[in-house]
Amino acid sequence: MNYINLLKIAKNALMRNKFRAFLTMLGIIIGVASVIAMLAIGQGSKKSIQDQMSSMGSNLVFIMPGSQQRGGVMMGNSSSQSLRMEDLEAIRLNCENISAVSPEVRTSGQVVFGNENWPTSIYGANTEYLGIKKFTIESGRIFTEKEISSLAKVCLVGKTIVEKIFPKGVDPIGQTIRFKNIPMKIIGILGEKGENSFGQDQDDLMIAPYTTVQRRFLAIDFIQGIYTSAVSEEKTEAAIAEMKTIMRKQHKIAKPEDDDFRVMSQSELVKTFSSISDILTTLLGAIAGISLLVGGIGIMNIMYVSVTERTREIGLRMSIGGKGRDILMQFLIESTMLSVVGGVIGILFGYLISSVVGTLMGWPVVIMTESVVVSFFVCSAIGIFFGWYPAKKAASLNPIDALRYE
Amino acid sequence: MENTIIEVINLKKDFQVGDMTVHALKGVNLKIQKGEFVAIMGASGSGKSTMLNILGCLDKPSAGDYKLDGISVSELNKNELAELRNAKLGFVFQSYNLLSRTSALENVELPLFYNNKVTSRERKERAIAALESVGLADRMHHMPNQLSGGQQQRVAIARSLVNDPVVILADEATGNLDTRTSYEIMELFQRLNTDRGKTIVFVTHEADIARLTSRNIIFRDGWVVKEQLVEEKLLASYMLKTLPVGEHEA
Ligand SMILES: Nc1ncnc2c1ncn2[C@@H]1O[C@H](COP(=O)(O)OP(=O)(O)OP(=O)(O)O)[C@@H](O)[C@H]1O
Ligand SMILES: [Mg+2]
Repeated sequence: MNYINLLKIAKNALMRNKFRAFLTMLGIIIGVASVIAMLAIGQGSKKSIQDQMSSMGSNLVFIMPGSQQRGGVMMGNSSSQSLRMEDLEAIRLNCENISAVSPEVRTSGQVVFGNENWPTSIYGANTEYLGIKKFTIESGRIFTEKEISSLAKVCLVGKTIVEKIFPKGVDPIGQTIRFKNIPMKIIGILGEKGENSFGQDQDDLMIAPYTTVQRRFLAIDFIQGIYTSAVSEEKTEAAIAEMKTIMRKQHKIAKPEDDDFRVMSQSELVKTFSSISDILTTLLGAIAGISLLVGGIGIMNIMYVSVTERTREIGLRMSIGGKGRDILMQFLIESTMLSVVGGVIGILFGYLISSVVGTLMGWPVVIMTESVVVSFFVCSAIGIFFGWYPAKKAASLNPIDALRYE
Repeated sequence: MENTIIEVINLKKDFQVGDMTVHALKGVNLKIQKGEFVAIMGASGSGKSTMLNILGCLDKPSAGDYKLDGISVSELNKNELAELRNAKLGFVFQSYNLLSRTSALENVELPLFYNNKVTSRERKERAIAALESVGLADRMHHMPNQLSGGQQQRVAIARSLVNDPVVILADEATGNLDTRTSYEIMELFQRLNTDRGKTIVFVTHEADIARLTSRNIIFRDGWVVKEQLVEEKLLASYMLKTLPVGEHEA
């Protein structure tokens, strides 16, 4: 049998049953596309969470006041006044695994310029804060050490504030805005950071010297958090351990249960949220697996039914001189054509759906090569096998039995 | 004998249905000469189709010998049988067995697809010639469902002719057709027999049709009970003229 003839026979047979061919391909298309899209969505969400987490800061390790027990009474975190500048200085001096450290104090209130006002938060920090939290300065400058020690009424503002309270064309730098009725001079504008994974606007803030926020806005002498950058991601664990030791020494705590602070790191947060999206990916993967299965069963069904229906055709082909292997090759070519074309269309659809969903959700599209390869081969294998197997059965019949088949 | 094209010796065929064995052929001896037009007749269930299927190498006998054109068929394997069918045999079935949604031309071309020696150009030319010889040149691109029963059977005959077989086997080829169309089909077979020298084995249970052939072999209960030459062979073209007027041509 020559192959050109076989190809023509298979092509003609497919064209004769376009609808059946389409249904078979549909099973493959749905199977392949859903696996690719589902896994891409799962991976995309994971990647997006990781990206956003890493935009929070560079190898961030931070200390928050923790619940304290005083004489058996649990005190809330927020009321805790356990963190002080002395702790920060001790960490700066003794902690070898960090490259930067800054205090944080914050409060929220209304910011006013001219007739416009906007609710926002002010963060008090030192000069290292921007680097730790991955803020950039778009224009202007950061405050100086001198401005920190003199409780200067200067601040940097995020893009959102500029948009909300400044009319177009006005350069905010050098302008004085009022926050909680205290005039603050703008010395710099922060680069845009966008929303984080919780939908929080990271450009809606002011940053001022921590002394200013502590004394002028809050009238406190403690700090609300200590933010540091570990020297590298690998050193994060070591930095945490060091900080705990230093803090316990500072606070004269003997047992870890008595800690009045909590040390957390960005990588821990990333892990926590990644594991959540791993669950999501697994779930989506399971759904995709089910659609692959359903698609596969659909393929089997149509292939099986069509071969049963085509047993008479097989009988006729044999009666006019078709050999068993010609018949088999014909069905094999037919089902390979369907599977491959369906698989390719499925891959295209998978990409399309992933990128549409990715765009809608603002996620990066992470298409896993494994999912493309596995789904393509699973579907093709199912398609080819169930095209081939019933045909093999039919081709092994006596021609007359195939012709008479009902 | 030089001229014997089909020789069947003590041929038996049993079918197993559950624990019952049906003896469809019980020991048939047959000889058919080149150029003969033979009708196989007999009551329903007498084994005519079973015989024809074996003659056509579509089925294998349970015992006995069958020689087609000097070749002992029982010694051939499946692939050789397929080649034999492709090279030497043409089939016409009662139910036409055309591929649906496939044009008349493609249906007729089909046997040549399984013949490596035929180029695609030759394939097409021979299919067109076969369709012309059955008078369907103008229906080449029609699908089976756009053709009458008689026309579909003509396509099937063209298909059986296209590989230029030595023997054409027809199982109740007129069984689904009315009298006039049956005669028209028979006219075609007679022409193939006389003009082109094709050996034809034709199963029927209509005596009228059998009289249009040259020899009748009568089966009963798995045996050949009678063989007779047709004394005055009638011409189908003549029979067509005897049909009452008013019944117009198809
Ligand atoms: N595939 C089969 N399995 C079992 N029995 C069969 C099979 N084919 C034929 N038979 C039996 O063999 C006998 C002969 O059948 P066959 O089809 O040859 O009859 P026939 O002479 O062609 O009849 P008809 O004129 O009705 O077509 C019948 O009894 C039938 O039941
Ligand atoms: Mg019969």
